[in-house]
Amino acid sequence: MQDFEYTAPTSLEGVIGLLSETWGETEIYAGGTDLVTCLKQGLTAPRRVVSLRNVKELKGITILDDSIEIGAATTLTTLLGNAELAKHATALIQAIEGINSKQMINVGTLGGDLCQRPRCWFYRNGYGLFGIEDGKSLIEDGDNRYHAIFGNDGPAKFVSASSTGPALIALGASLIVSGPEGERTIAAWDFFQTPQSESDRETALKSNEVLTKIIIPKNETQSATYEIRHRAGLDWPYVTASVAIGKEGTKVVLGHVAPTPWVSDAAGKALNGRVKKADAEKAGEVAAEGATPLSQNAYKVAMVKTAVKRAVLRATGQEEEA
Amino acid sequence: MASPQWPKADKRLHIGKPYDRLDGPIKSTGQAKYAYDVNVPGMLYAKVFPSRYALADVNSIDTSAAEAMDGVKAVWIDEGVLGKEVRYVGQIIAAVAAETEELAAEAIALVKVDYTPKEALIIDTDPSLGSGRPSEREEGTPAEAFEAADVVHEGYYGIPVITHCCFEAHGQVCDVNEAGAQFWPSTQNVSKYANGMGESLGVPESEIKVDCQVMGGGFGSKFGHDKWGVVGGLLSKKAGRPVKLMLERDLELMVGGNRPSAYGTVKVGADKDGNVTAIDAKLFGTGGNGGYRPPPVPYVFTKIPNQLSSGQRIQTNRGGQRAWRAPGHPQGCFITMAAMEDTAAKLGMDALDFFKQNLALTNRPELYAQELDIAADMIGYKEKAHLRGDSGDGPVKRGLGISIHQWGGAGHPSECDVSIHADGSVECRIGTQDLGVGTRTCVTMVLAETMGLPMDAVKANIGNNAYPISGASGGSTTIGGVSSSTRLAATAALNKLLDVVAARMGEDALSLEASNGRIQVTGDDSKSVTWNEACAMLGTNSINERGVNEPGESTKMGLMDSGVGGCQMADVSVDIETGVVTINEMVAVQDCGLIIDMKTATTQVHGGLIMGVTYALFEECVYDNRTGRMLNADMEFYRLAGLKDIGTLKVHMMTGPGFDERGVIGLGEPPVISPGAAISNAVANAIGLRVPELPLTPDRVLNAIAKGGQS
Repeated sequence: MQDFEYTAPTSLEGVIGLLSETWGETEIYAGGTDLVTCLKQGLTAPRRVVSLRNVKELKGITILDDSIEIGAATTLTTLLGNAELAKHATALIQAIEGINSKQMINVGTLGGDLCQRPRCWFYRNGYGLFGIEDGKSLIEDGDNRYHAIFGNDGPAKFVSASSTGPALIALGASLIVSGPEGERTIAAWDFFQTPQSESDRETALKSNEVLTKIIIPKNETQSATYEIRHRAGLDWPYVTASVAIGKEGTKVVLGHVAPTPWVSDAAGKALNGRVKKADAEKAGEVAAEGATPLSQNAYKVAMVKTAVKRAVLRATGQEEEA
Repeated sequence: MASPQWPKADKRLHIGKPYDRLDGPIKSTGQAKYAYDVNVPGMLYAKVFPSRYALADVNSIDTSAAEAMDGVKAVWIDEGVLGKEVRYVGQIIAAVAAETEELAAEAIALVKVDYTPKEALIIDTDPSLGSGRPSEREEGTPAEAFEAADVVHEGYYGIPVITHCCFEAHGQVCDVNEAGAQFWPSTQNVSKYANGMGESLGVPESEIKVDCQVMGGGFGSKFGHDKWGVVGGLLSKKAGRPVKLMLERDLELMVGGNRPSAYGTVKVGADKDGNVTAIDAKLFGTGGNGGYRPPPVPYVFTKIPNQLSSGQRIQTNRGGQRAWRAPGHPQGCFITMAAMEDTAAKLGMDALDFFKQNLALTNRPELYAQELDIAADMIGYKEKAHLRGDSGDGPVKRGLGISIHQWGGAGHPSECDVSIHADGSVECRIGTQDLGVGTRTCVTMVLAETMGLPMDAVKANIGNNAYPISGASGGSTTIGGVSSSTRLAATAALNKLLDVVAARMGEDALSLEASNGRIQVTGDDSKSVTWNEACAMLGTNSINERGVNEPGESTKMGLMDSGVGGCQMADVSVDIETGVVTINEMVAVQDCGLIIDMKTATTQVHGGLIMGVTYALFEECVYDNRTGRMLNADMEFYRLAGLKDIGTLKVHMMTGPGFDERGVIGLGEPPVISPGAAISNAVANAIGLRVPELPLTPDRVLNAIAKGGQS
């Protein structure tokens, strides 16, 4: 690990001023649960690390009439304790609960969860975002059991690691990012991108921008997240589904199945407000349609069906005993 | 006079009682100094350079940039691979020692190795890639027996390579100079750690001091000083400074040892009443670049009259295998018990009835029958059992599974010195080690028991190679070895004291005993002196006696024995829509002769169950076939069970008449053998089909369901 300059400015302006226009020169340090790992794994070797710890304006929850604003550097534990979020953003709270590690959520932040790098084991072992060795994909012929079953026709085969992304998309959240040119608002859905080249990133964030705020509309929405996870403690899910059922329609968003959170418009339409068990099952079937599993992950298609069905039932208080 | 035989139940002061580990408090409060925690003045930090390729010629190794770095104090190159091959990713090619850990890592990043990569063999699931001829064995007339069988089951089973995953990685701190050397390793073998090191280090072996007071797990992977022991020593000698060299997690998982895989097809023949008549096992597996011995199949049911088996070794370009807690047994047990349970299912028989029906094919039918009944009661078998797959409508299916296992566990050769001092203090010195299982506590109990003193009146000194030689802790040999040598030494020392006291009291030494802090005429405390008064009679002398455990002799004397059997049952739930297996309960019934410390014995079984749940549900080494790199060489995707994953664990130790008089028998291996088999059988019972390979991950369960089982 090469030496780097560590700074902890006290204002957002200060943070932005310290960020580089080139990826890799500077890194933002929020909770550090991913950054520290990336540093150790040699995935990044910045010359400067900019901590958000002293930037008060990036922390806290503000309840407005029609929305809830969350500072990007607010810890996940803080969100868990908020009654308004429990009411208006159940899917988000359940996604955080799914992380299942006090240590992680005590330091991990909402912004950090959205910006973390993929956990693809080829990437983490030094074979790049696309897992290439000698010009050939290690992922296609290799052990791809945890990889994408949707959106995997390009070079990116990893799955988005964000726990909260699918829930925020389902809830219709928008994100505010700030950079030298000022502020811009991005729909949660547009924030996630599938890289087409090794130099692309997994989010719309630029290297000199910082995610500042997450805004969740206060809709009359029933929402839930269902995770399929192996270990009871800290573990990555195999597949997740977040659903939000509101007046404007039903949103179904899958996690850990594609290089981004994966919106299933068809499943949302299939439900269209109907939430009987048979409807939930149908939505699961529809959500799984069009999957393009790799050599070792067809089982994830069955998991999508289950996760969507159970998320719908959970959102509407019909959870099966499991 | 005191006799070395173990006291009868009504005479026991400590033995058999549930005592906490003596070193529990220092461990749980962080005061214990593991090898990793040893920091000595002037110490340097070493890092190693691992091979990037699974098979390659090493053309050159250039460490000049590392050597030129400020703060780098010594560099080592493996001359043995220069111009030759490296044979697995992670093979150590070079090392540096520097002022800080960070500098050492930076220096390693500057090492340049020129390789010519070659095509390597990584996968272990294709028997046609095996090397050499398979081993073969035949008993009876299997072909005829299968012909005559009413039912023949044939199935495929597999258990992948896993690692020891010691929480404390391999490594050591050492200080080596011309005159001698001091090592603080994490080892299972204090007395003989330094054997074979002297020549490499240029230090007489008699001058190599080894100390290991506590260590963080070995499971069979820490018997030797290893390459990194020699490399650390050479770096230290070169730099003239102490050096800390501990493997990092990725190398720990790749080169610190692993458990061989075992795959293959098994055919079982039985008559319509459920009597097994024949078995045929065609197995293969890998020990990486190390040796491989096919697991014993049939396991426990060794008297199946007609048998055929073969074992094919696949030598892969991966780190080498090492003894993993009960080498070969968990694999042999899983394959045998799964095939047995599948046969029962094919016959439509209850698994417990089927196992009991065939106990005559084992070496200890009565013991297993007794244990199966106890386990069945503990888990509520009668109320919960159902035939395979007969488990209701909902997505969550519940099932029970059974397995039985065996082990030897005879004590190893061990020597112990016991001293009684005139001030009343008592100590022993024994070159054994405590792997965390309670060896220190048990030695202390035996010493205190023999002297008739409370635990805090005696002290056990262990973990140093200056003490009398005691065996390596492997194969469940420690407790029988150290309890016998300690008992023999303590008895001899006590008898010396009784001689002195007898002369002063005018009594016959033969009539004296040590009891409850006094030396007295046996059974009569009116004729007695206190322990301290007795010891004061030594004047300026001390008593020093050595006890030598010679296993054959001690077995004849009834101090120790060999040969245990155990039974485990698992109660699991399987969500067939997610593939997630949840352990509700595990029950273990185990004999191990005379139990010294009931608590550490029970927790040893708990530990075995937890490790067993872990390999049954989570553990596997995932290798990339092209690069030979272990993809999950971390604690993120090399998953271990957490507390919430293990369910309720219930343990019953077989003690009392019939068991105690056998003497002490080891317990390290037995409890870890059955969990994979019991859990796999429970899953099959729950979902109605066999998931053929461990670990029982959601993907494997869903894939098996999608395929509709194997037969």
